[in-house]
Amino acid sequence: MLLSEEFGASSSTRRRETSRALCAKLTRALNEKISRSADASGAPMAQRLLPFAGVAALLVTWDLAIRLSHTPLLPGPVAVGRAIAELAQKGFLIKHVVASLFRVTWGYLLAVAVGVPFGILLAWYRRGGLALAPLVEIARPISALAWIPLAILWFGVGDLSAVFIIFIASVLPLSVAAMSAVGGVSSVHWNAGRNFGLSASEIARRVLLPAILPRLLVGLRLSLGIAWLVVVAAEMIAVNSGLGFLIIDARNAGNRYDLVVAGMVLIGTIGLALDAAMRSIERLPALRWGYASAAGRAA
Amino acid sequence: MIPAREPVPGRMKLEIRGLHMTFRAENEVRVLEDIDLEIREGEFVCVLGPSGCGKSTLLNIVAGFLAPTAGTVKIDGEEVSGPDPRRIFVFQERGVFPWLTVEGNIGFGLGRLPRRERERRIAHYVALVGLQGFEKAYPQELSGGMKQRVEVARALAVNPDVLFLDEPFGALDSITRLVMRGELLRIWRAEQKTILFVTHDIEESVQLADRVVVMTARPARIRRIVDIDLPHPRDLSSRRYLELRDGIFEEIGLAHRI
Repeated sequence: MLLSEEFGASSSTRRRETSRALCAKLTRALNEKISRSADASGAPMAQRLLPFAGVAALLVTWDLAIRLSHTPLLPGPVAVGRAIAELAQKGFLIKHVVASLFRVTWGYLLAVAVGVPFGILLAWYRRGGLALAPLVEIARPISALAWIPLAILWFGVGDLSAVFIIFIASVLPLSVAAMSAVGGVSSVHWNAGRNFGLSASEIARRVLLPAILPRLLVGLRLSLGIAWLVVVAAEMIAVNSGLGFLIIDARNAGNRYDLVVAGMVLIGTIGLALDAAMRSIERLPALRWGYASAAGRAA
Repeated sequence: MIPAREPVPGRMKLEIRGLHMTFRAENEVRVLEDIDLEIREGEFVCVLGPSGCGKSTLLNIVAGFLAPTAGTVKIDGEEVSGPDPRRIFVFQERGVFPWLTVEGNIGFGLGRLPRRERERRIAHYVALVGLQGFEKAYPQELSGGMKQRVEVARALAVNPDVLFLDEPFGALDSITRLVMRGELLRIWRAEQKTILFVTHDIEESVQLADRVVVMTARPARIRRIVDIDLPHPRDLSSRRYLELRDGIFEEIGLAHRI
């Protein structure tokens, strides 16, 4: 027996259904309008230009300060711009950026591949978590840079050492992020998953993973920042290419401080781009719920 | 998929015998004591008690999420040892998966069905709970009442024979709550499910149930079971309704006055 047929038999019910559908359409249209006006793309032009105005103001102040003080201690923005152009012309720009990104990519991906499952397992098997949590907490405050001597001893001077340093720096924050993300999964969602007869692997894929993803992404974003942070230090010591190497080499080979600051600016800009790329993932509809306002979550 | 079993009204469905529950924290907390209850197929039973009395614990045990300290729960003569898709627990609207759309939520338990059949069922239950036009919406775009409907639809979609509802309308405003009660009764009559419904709201229990199981404060025991001999739809100003309602108010020791 089809229930809709049974309900369809009564005309008053049908009227109620159509009025309800109409109501639903209206609410939906309203919702869309609200979410569109709240969207960043709908923000007034002036607001979107503010970050650029901030950067421009900084450049102008910097330039004026250097011109007025005639200081030899810091190159001005024009000199730094020229240095970046020089790097680009000689092909060094691409070479160093690619070298740094290559090391960060490998170190970071390795850390994700190890740290995230490790953190999930620690949270999943509570006894294992209790046994290993102190180790994680002891290892965490040790700066990744403290591993440099050991890295050189184990992997020699080269890419492998730098990749290892980046791995060490980002793997623990990633495990901790994954662990706390699992801890934040609502017991109601676990129980719902079990209630519908899902196997353990199905619960992992259809409940655990989507439930932890928003929080995990925050951890992924922060640890990518850390990975980018330490690439410079790792390159200063262990290798002969990359933006970190550029900075230390520019100083050693003739005190080219314009190149030093150029390296710094490039690192900052690329860091910003990486962060923006990660943030754009957070806007996916299946993830957005995790970043909703506290009021929305409580409701 | 679970075969649709033809319900036999009046047949014994759920049997609770000598149920005890004690939580061992720093000191022992006795939550449930000596609960005996039988529920027939197709019956709508409300468990009524003050907040924190242990009625939710009872529901969690019956649904198989918790193991009792002593006693047994049998459904269809089979002892309950864990959750089962033939018996779905409806949480407050918090149980909806926020990462899935309305469609995704309602189809959550239908993974083993062929696509065509799954889509048909989703469409059917979207219509049953009146959410047409919202199939692609995410829960955060919905009101509390709409989320609650999604959860009820998700439960019904797997065609369970028992529904457990834990204060499902507690977080809704009073108007939406009344509407949802009406919808639940309509769905109950259409789909002929056995329903065990936990609430602290006396009026709600008398409006909905065939029988109201009145619990004591903790440790919860069954104080009395009240038969609600009123046909649906119920006239909320009829003498019999008021009599039954006031009887329960008195039973709990509350004068019906403020």
